[in-house]
Amino acid sequence: MAQLTMIQAITEALKTELKNDENVLVFGEDVGNNGGVFRATEGLQKEFGEDRVFDTPLAESGIGGLAIGLALQGYRPVPEIQFFGFVFEVMDSISGQMARMRYRSGGSQHAPVTIRSPFGGGVHTPEMHADSLEGLMAASPGLKVVIPSNPYDAKGLLLSAIRDNDPVIFLEHMKLYRSFRQEVPEEEYTIPLGKADVKREGKDLSIITYGAMVQESIKAAEELEKENYSVEVIDLRTIQPLDIETIIASVEKTGRAMVVQEAQKQAGIAANVVAEITDRAILSLDAPVLRVTAPDTVFAFSQAEEVWLPNAKDIVETAKKVLTF
Amino acid sequence: MAAKKSQQFDPVKTLNEIEEKFEMFQILNEEGEIVNEEANPNLSDEDLQELMRRMVYTRILDQRSISLNRQGRLGFYAPTAGQEASQIASHFALKKEDFILPGYRDVPQLIWHGWPLEQAFLFSRGHFMGNQMPEGLNVLPPQIIIGAQYIQATGVALGMQKRKKEAVAITYTGEGGSSQGDFYEGINFAGSFRAPAIFIVQNNQYAISTPREVQTAAKTVAQKAVAAGIPGIFVDGMDPLAVYAVTRDARERAIKGEGPTLIETFCYRYGPHTMAGDDPTRYRTSDIDSEWEKKDPLVRFRKYLESKNLWSEEKENEVMEQAKEEIKAAIKKADAAPKQKVTDLLGIMYEEMPFNVKEQMDIYKAKESK
Repeated sequence: MAQLTMIQAITEALKTELKNDENVLVFGEDVGNNGGVFRATEGLQKEFGEDRVFDTPLAESGIGGLAIGLALQGYRPVPEIQFFGFVFEVMDSISGQMARMRYRSGGSQHAPVTIRSPFGGGVHTPEMHADSLEGLMAASPGLKVVIPSNPYDAKGLLLSAIRDNDPVIFLEHMKLYRSFRQEVPEEEYTIPLGKADVKREGKDLSIITYGAMVQESIKAAEELEKENYSVEVIDLRTIQPLDIETIIASVEKTGRAMVVQEAQKQAGIAANVVAEITDRAILSLDAPVLRVTAPDTVFAFSQAEEVWLPNAKDIVETAKKVLTF
Repeated sequence: MAAKKSQQFDPVKTLNEIEEKFEMFQILNEEGEIVNEEANPNLSDEDLQELMRRMVYTRILDQRSISLNRQGRLGFYAPTAGQEASQIASHFALKKEDFILPGYRDVPQLIWHGWPLEQAFLFSRGHFMGNQMPEGLNVLPPQIIIGAQYIQATGVALGMQKRKKEAVAITYTGEGGSSQGDFYEGINFAGSFRAPAIFIVQNNQYAISTPREVQTAAKTVAQKAVAAGIPGIFVDGMDPLAVYAVTRDARERAIKGEGPTLIETFCYRYGPHTMAGDDPTRYRTSDIDSEWEKKDPLVRFRKYLESKNLWSEEKENEVMEQAKEEIKAAIKKADAAPKQKVTDLLGIMYEEMPFNVKEQMDIYKAKESK
């Protein structure tokens, strides 16, 4: 089995599906010959030709609309939005159009589009390149929003996303692209959308998180272990729809929960997770459900990034409040 | 060796020269006379009669829709009278396999493409069954977001090109829509991919109340094609023969692999923007209305057909009666559609219901069974 980075696992998944299904098309800004600015589509144009893997003019709304039109001709488009901070340019195509395709056609049409896009902080990008805007997507009925936290999950989730008959927003945290390797099987496998994964089992506290915060939460859990706290870490993997079953089962077991996200407190999906827990498991709780998030400012690119981004230390601090309440 | 400039480039002169070239293309004048025999598409007598029949029918449909709306029997409706040549004659150049991406005023083209009238009425009422297009009908329902259909049309056209279909994607917006980013992205992407698309801008002079001059400094919308590197044409949108001819030519070029065309049809809507409270007397005078009524597409086409002994009052009455009968029957059918429920909507959000939708489905099933 090969040791792959997350970006390599993503390229593998794209290659697998381009091979499996002739209706899969990969396109976006610089994804062709250049292989994408992060090289996620490296070598794909060469292998599958310019008809299947191609560059577009530089316009995100255009890319979104193009995907909708191609879907109407029976294709399974996998466009790339170069950085998710550019999503505002394509909000209508995503939330206004493809998310509503079933509704707008009375259920007779669908848009099996998977929009891939890098996001997330900690890699010193310019402004509007790193923001965590997944909450905007999660708030649009009709979409699914998937965020892998490691290479293995990335491949299995991306294959499921492309095969899904509803529009999926697939967000790839830039810091995870090359930060570590993992064994990734060469053969194809899928990980179902809407299913969370217990990344670490524990008895005293449930940390519900996703994306790059999964690694930070695991680090925090290891730190807390030294003080004899047993912490469970749940990686949501899909933030829309949420895997309520896994979350509630864990909270009922531990009696204490917190949500960790890189997005600002007013953004992301942490508030939603807290609401679901209080709706369904308030009598199991021994403490308030606290959140670790970024502050409610615009993303502090380059300058104060290290302080702005939540980290394992912040998580340990808040975890202790919940544990000792 | 460095290139020598014989004289300095004059951007103002160049602009003026380009703008002057976009003259209005016309075949049939206001008097119903052919003024451009060379360009006459020479439609057969049957086709000429059929085109007239569709325009008369559409005028009646518009009148009936307005009155049904006033009686509270229709919902959202955007009047079409005045735009028959732009809508019906452009559609007349299409084939069944062509795909239409309409704006909200473009219900007539969908109907002549095969959208059942009762479904158009259901759409107007906001009923989702109106949008369930019959198998093989190549259309999207009317778009509400101005210009969004333009870039989707490019996607459909690119898909057709990849599938090697002998067909085009055609899309419609107004001159207001030509100010949207999606308009530019649509024509530019289509040009870049040489996609078989036809972009029609029905310049009916007002975007709700905002006059044409406010939309752009450009003398015509058609000339915007130049920047995208595609052909553009400025056509008399009240002249059915001219609109038909330019659309037919655009279609032929597209199918031959020569890429997209932008067509600006210069026309007028007699009615309000929509039936939701727009009052045109706030932004235009009755003098302007009567100026345009003289150019009416039905009037000039009727004159032309009568001069060829292809049309009569009797024929026209027949079409009007038929339209009224069919509209009456379609409204009846629409009335018989089951009431739309929240559970219907929940059921079509995803292929498979996620937990939240499932949970809400149970709640609303209980509510709606009370």
